[in-house]
Amino acid sequence: MEIKIALAGNPNSGKTTLFNALTGSRQYVGNWPGVTVEKKEGRLKGYDDVIIQDLPGIYSLSPYTLEEVVSRSYLVNEKPDAILNIVDGTNIERNLYLTTQLIEIGIPVVVAVNMIDLVRRNGDEIDLAALSEKLGCRVVEISALKNEGSQEAAKLAVEAAQQKRAGEMPRVFNGPVEHAIAHIEESLQDQVPATNLRWYAVKVFERDEKILSELRLDAATAADIEQHIVDCEKQLDDDAESIITNQRYAYIASVVEKGVKKKAAKHALSASDKIDQIVTSRVLGLPIFAVVMFLIYAIAMGGWSISIGTAATDFTNDVIFGEWVPGLFDTILGAVGVTEGSVLYGLIQDGIVAGVGAVLGFVPQMLVLFLLLAILEDIGYMARVAFVMDRIFRHFGLSGKSFIPMLVATGCGIPGIMASRTIEQDRDRKMTVMTTTFMPCGAKMPIIGLIAGALFNESAWVAASAYFIGMASIIISGIMLKKFKMFAGEPSPFVMELPSYHVPSVGNVLRATWERGWSFIKRAGSVILVSSIIIWFLSSFGTVNGQFGMVDNLWEDESVATEEYVESVAARMGISADEAAPMDDSILAGIGNTISPIFKPLGFGSWKPTVATITGLVAKEEVVGTFGVLYNYDDQGGEDELGENGEQLWDRVAEDFSPIAAFAFMVFNLLCAPCFAAMGAIKREMNNAKWTLGAIGYMCLWAYVCAFITYNVAGVAVGQVAFGPGTVIGIALIALIIYLLVRRGYVPEEGTKAVTSVAAAAAAAN
Amino acid sequence: MKTLKDVAVGETVTVARLHGEGPVKRRIMDMGITKGVEILVRKVAPLGDPMELNVRGYELSVRKADAEMIEVN
Repeated sequence: MEIKIALAGNPNSGKTTLFNALTGSRQYVGNWPGVTVEKKEGRLKGYDDVIIQDLPGIYSLSPYTLEEVVSRSYLVNEKPDAILNIVDGTNIERNLYLTTQLIEIGIPVVVAVNMIDLVRRNGDEIDLAALSEKLGCRVVEISALKNEGSQEAAKLAVEAAQQKRAGEMPRVFNGPVEHAIAHIEESLQDQVPATNLRWYAVKVFERDEKILSELRLDAATAADIEQHIVDCEKQLDDDAESIITNQRYAYIASVVEKGVKKKAAKHALSASDKIDQIVTSRVLGLPIFAVVMFLIYAIAMGGWSISIGTAATDFTNDVIFGEWVPGLFDTILGAVGVTEGSVLYGLIQDGIVAGVGAVLGFVPQMLVLFLLLAILEDIGYMARVAFVMDRIFRHFGLSGKSFIPMLVATGCGIPGIMASRTIEQDRDRKMTVMTTTFMPCGAKMPIIGLIAGALFNESAWVAASAYFIGMASIIISGIMLKKFKMFAGEPSPFVMELPSYHVPSVGNVLRATWERGWSFIKRAGSVILVSSIIIWFLSSFGTVNGQFGMVDNLWEDESVATEEYVESVAARMGISADEAAPMDDSILAGIGNTISPIFKPLGFGSWKPTVATITGLVAKEEVVGTFGVLYNYDDQGGEDELGENGEQLWDRVAEDFSPIAAFAFMVFNLLCAPCFAAMGAIKREMNNAKWTLGAIGYMCLWAYVCAFITYNVAGVAVGQVAFGPGTVIGIALIALIIYLLVRRGYVPEEGTKAVTSVAAAAAAAN
Repeated sequence: MKTLKDVAVGETVTVARLHGEGPVKRRIMDMGITKGVEILVRKVAPLGDPMELNVRGYELSVRKADAEMIEVN
């Protein structure tokens, strides 16, 4: 028989370190069904039949956060054989609060007091025997970081699981509370499993909505129980939930008094507190924050000699996926007789290698970035980031921690989206994922360069305005969206622990880095592979003079692409005959032609920018490359390779666009759906098809609205567009945005409890 | 009524009562701010909000808006 042991504990209690020490590399990482909470399990080292189920880090078993609900339903419904409860020895009072709740469930519990080395160094003493006696379960001391006592603790948990008997429950509650709970136990005993009786009784006393709806008590019993609760509340002059919490903490205080001797005075400054007095002080807090953020940016994203991330990614893009891999495939394909120009060659080289390479190229940069973030998290600075920035970001419905994804997104949106995982609040995280790619990333720079160069004399204002539009979009979207029910319903209490600073553990940091990187490669990789192939197919295939095939090959055959035919294509596309190119016959050009009217109101409703926008979904820098193809850069011959900002195209682009239309085109491409790789990352972080589509749909809609206003309202203002119905609609849209910004917004009904992340997840699942 | 929001940095107070209801209140209590507990206001964030408290031997940060729910002596 397999034995399941649940590993439970507070955040920052060293749970991840212990889990890694116990299971080594035998881990499986996934998600709890239907929610974005990560689920990890692994086999205990040295035991093939013992599974350690890592629960999310939680402070309590209330029904209000997803992590807590996931944990408690696992413990009560899946019935693991034992619970290994890790407790931070340096912060034992609050940690035992969860312990008292775990014991009530009725499953055998073993308490592992962690960071015992720090406890000793502080000169504190913990009397394990006294704790054990008071709590009614085995208590051992460990240091997960130094791997001291971890295996022994796990062994005890296995023994406890085999004995299948929980210890005697401690008498946590007293007086009228115990009386009422005992009464509730009596009413419930036929309805719930005997081992879980105390757990259910306490939850019913707390009027826990989830438990009440699960139990469906008949009206008479419910009324009888309610009477007992109300009596108790009257007697103690407090509400039931508060009464339970107060008595728990009172009980813990008595446990701690017996079992723990602290050397330092109450409220004394620990070494960590002294560091924090400087790091988050009023004067130095912001400068230090700025320096840390700059270092992250410089090392992972910037273009300097210390920018390891950029160097690694450039190397991967230009050398590995620019020369080595295509070269390797050339050799292999040549050896098996697949020649350049054949369908298979195109599929492999232009479709798969180029598409997947474009994505994998970002992996080194992501790993560098994730490494830095993991270090910040392990040290404990991440919580301080939220502490320092909260004041600004909360107004936009975001968390202080949203700053990091947005900073990172100026380099690349993919790691930006994935960096949002450090945000605990579900709502803040979703909002961050939805808005973070509005920041112009590195791959959007060539688009800005092309437009600035072709139409604005390379004015620096174009790039500056791009950043401004990006930031304004984040702020406006945040304020608008947080007033909608799906976001507003959920309160985001900022009641956050500021954990003690720790020296980061190399193992933890590397593992966290790799887990994030790998999950991107795996999940995003599949989306990107398929979409790259589709775009490749659409842009390389088409019908030339009645024959379907690869357009490049058909055009070379003069019996198919006859002179008259080329002229007819040129006439259809509104260009001269020498400008006509094979791509004009591709399926993609056909699609571009068909849907280009959508962009008419934005000022760039012709097929070329439409096709460029579509190929931009593969990677944003493709927009410039596609312009290169469509404006026939290749045909000139003898010129240098197309410049990064498409310098050689500037004249031709300038002929086709008015400045305001080009600007609208840029606005649309900056804000609309990001590249496939980023969409893959969004899907990974949302872990829900509806939210993913909703996020991408919102971005496209917002991009359209902004580009529409740019062309029709700003265009009239600068005198490049005539006043027309579009202007009226544009002004109406501005009015609508202003209304959405200032309206009162959705407020949960008075008197009822606000919707929590738990309810939000339930609603999303339906 | 004096609330935690009005307490100066460096001052230690005792919690008299918690107001409000629902998830935020429960969260505050779960984190150890219950009737009768001693709280030291350690500092205020560089931008003036939130505030950092020392309670039950650890550091906790709370927004001033939420601190207003906590009545102190």
